[in-house]
Amino acid sequence: METFLNRYRNLTVLLLVILAQLVLLAVQVKNDQDVRMIRIWTVTAVTPAARVVEWLRGGSIGFVRDYILLHDTHQQNRQLQSELNRLKLENIFLKNELNTADRAKALGVFQEHTASKTLAANVIGTGAGANAKVVFVDRGSASGVQRGMAVVTPDGIVGKVTAAYPTASEVLLITDSDFAAGVISQKSQVRGTLKGQGSPVCKVDYVPIGEKVAVGDWFYTSGDDRIFPRGFPVGVVKSVRAGQPFQEVYLEPSGLQRGLEDVLILIEGVHQAIPDQPVANQPVYIAPPLPVADQAAAQPIAGTEADKLRAQYKAVGEAQKHTFGEGPPGTKPPDFTKLGSPGSPPPSAPGSPASAAPLPVPAQHQPAAGASPSVKPSPPKPPPAEAPVAERPHVE
Amino acid sequence: MSYSGGGRIVLNNQREAQISRFRAWVLLAVPLAAILFQVYVPQFFHFLSYLELPLLVVVYFALMRRSPIQGLLIGALVGLAQDSLLGTKNPLGMFGIVKTLVGYFAASVSVRFDVDNVLVRLLLAFFFFVFHQFFYWVMARALLGQQVGFDLQQTLLIGLLNALVGISLFHFLDKLRETV
Repeated sequence: METFLNRYRNLTVLLLVILAQLVLLAVQVKNDQDVRMIRIWTVTAVTPAARVVEWLRGGSIGFVRDYILLHDTHQQNRQLQSELNRLKLENIFLKNELNTADRAKALGVFQEHTASKTLAANVIGTGAGANAKVVFVDRGSASGVQRGMAVVTPDGIVGKVTAAYPTASEVLLITDSDFAAGVISQKSQVRGTLKGQGSPVCKVDYVPIGEKVAVGDWFYTSGDDRIFPRGFPVGVVKSVRAGQPFQEVYLEPSGLQRGLEDVLILIEGVHQAIPDQPVANQPVYIAPPLPVADQAAAQPIAGTEADKLRAQYKAVGEAQKHTFGEGPPGTKPPDFTKLGSPGSPPPSAPGSPASAAPLPVPAQHQPAAGASPSVKPSPPKPPPAEAPVAERPHVE
Repeated sequence: MSYSGGGRIVLNNQREAQISRFRAWVLLAVPLAAILFQVYVPQFFHFLSYLELPLLVVVYFALMRRSPIQGLLIGALVGLAQDSLLGTKNPLGMFGIVKTLVGYFAASVSVRFDVDNVLVRLLLAFFFFVFHQFFYWVMARALLGQQVGFDLQQTLLIGLLNALVGISLFHFLDKLRETV
């Protein structure tokens, strides 16, 4: 070092003197923003170095943090991914539960407001045929289902039962090419025959030329086929073409638009009036829920006729200290002669065939064509079926 | 020893470079007088403001002493003194840095040239004046951010004038050298 300084002594002294004067100059001079040049020069000279040092420090810390200390990140990532997948499935499940609850609520409302006696069922399978529009529901002859019963949803008709097995039934959908039902238009009361096409669109056949049927018209069941009671919505007209010798009217079934998971089987169909407005535009009144204190008391008698009957039987059993479902065969049943309030029909014997009962069509309650739809007739409840539904259908 | 100057311009080796000596009061009084002349005389005779006597004095002593360190120290002191007397608007160090470089380079080249030669003195005085003005202009723009212009023709003309004045000044200062 000493040799170096001796060799370049002149230059070293020159640089020192120049540097000293530069410092002196920088201390005095200020820039336009009244900042001394020495401060500017110092910051300008130090900042890049500080930036480099900070970059090295941050890079080192980041390297240690991201690559050395996170040796278990992969495992955590897998755990989080697993949890995310679980939450996704849970979310889907909850959404399905919510949809199911909505459908169940809609079915419940429909059951309470329709005059027909219905049995809720879940679709558990579809037909094996490629062109077959057939589904299976989880209610069979053990629940009172018989061949030929109509299957509907609150939105419209779905099909009819073509085979009733003990625990399940086969339902032929209205889109099947073998399906046919009598229908009537809402506006002009034009009658026709609904036929499935094997496609999502059905055809209304035998509509004479000259009858006024327009796109957007609603068709309802006419009750002529003795399967579907009058007044259930069928669908809305999508196209009308002139043909020979009848018009070609195609409609979109309303009962299948929201999927097919929960249906109602008409155990006893009751004809009803064709509403003045389409189904989608009709206001649906839903009463507010009962107070919490009253819900417990009101719970046993809420629901359908079957629920009421069940509550009455349960009350009789409790009064006689009898627990249903216990005791060996041959045990003395409760005394049902003490059953019921005045006017309550005695329950029929379980297991009696309901198929023997024809479709009740009380003519005195059929609304005349053209009757004012605003005054909806409230047909009296039909007498309890000989094969009552023992319990309220489970709607999921 | 003769100071009249011969016909040579470049020395054959450094051993031929003779070091002139001056009395201490000469080293103090001459630069001080040059600075005072630079500061006060132009107030009465404006045309004399073009003379850069402190620069010529620095060049002379640097050439005569032939020592870069002494040359740069003389330049630094004269420059700082000149800065100090030019008012508060002129920051200390501008003339100091420039004259430091002039003293260093003048002393550095003096070992190669026969500085007693009149032509060498004329050329060196002219060259270092231009260098002084140009480097001051560079520093004013670079360090101070002043948007000042640089008139090359005027600088060359004034440089020639200063060089001519410098010949006479150097001849006068030669009288103040100590004889060995």
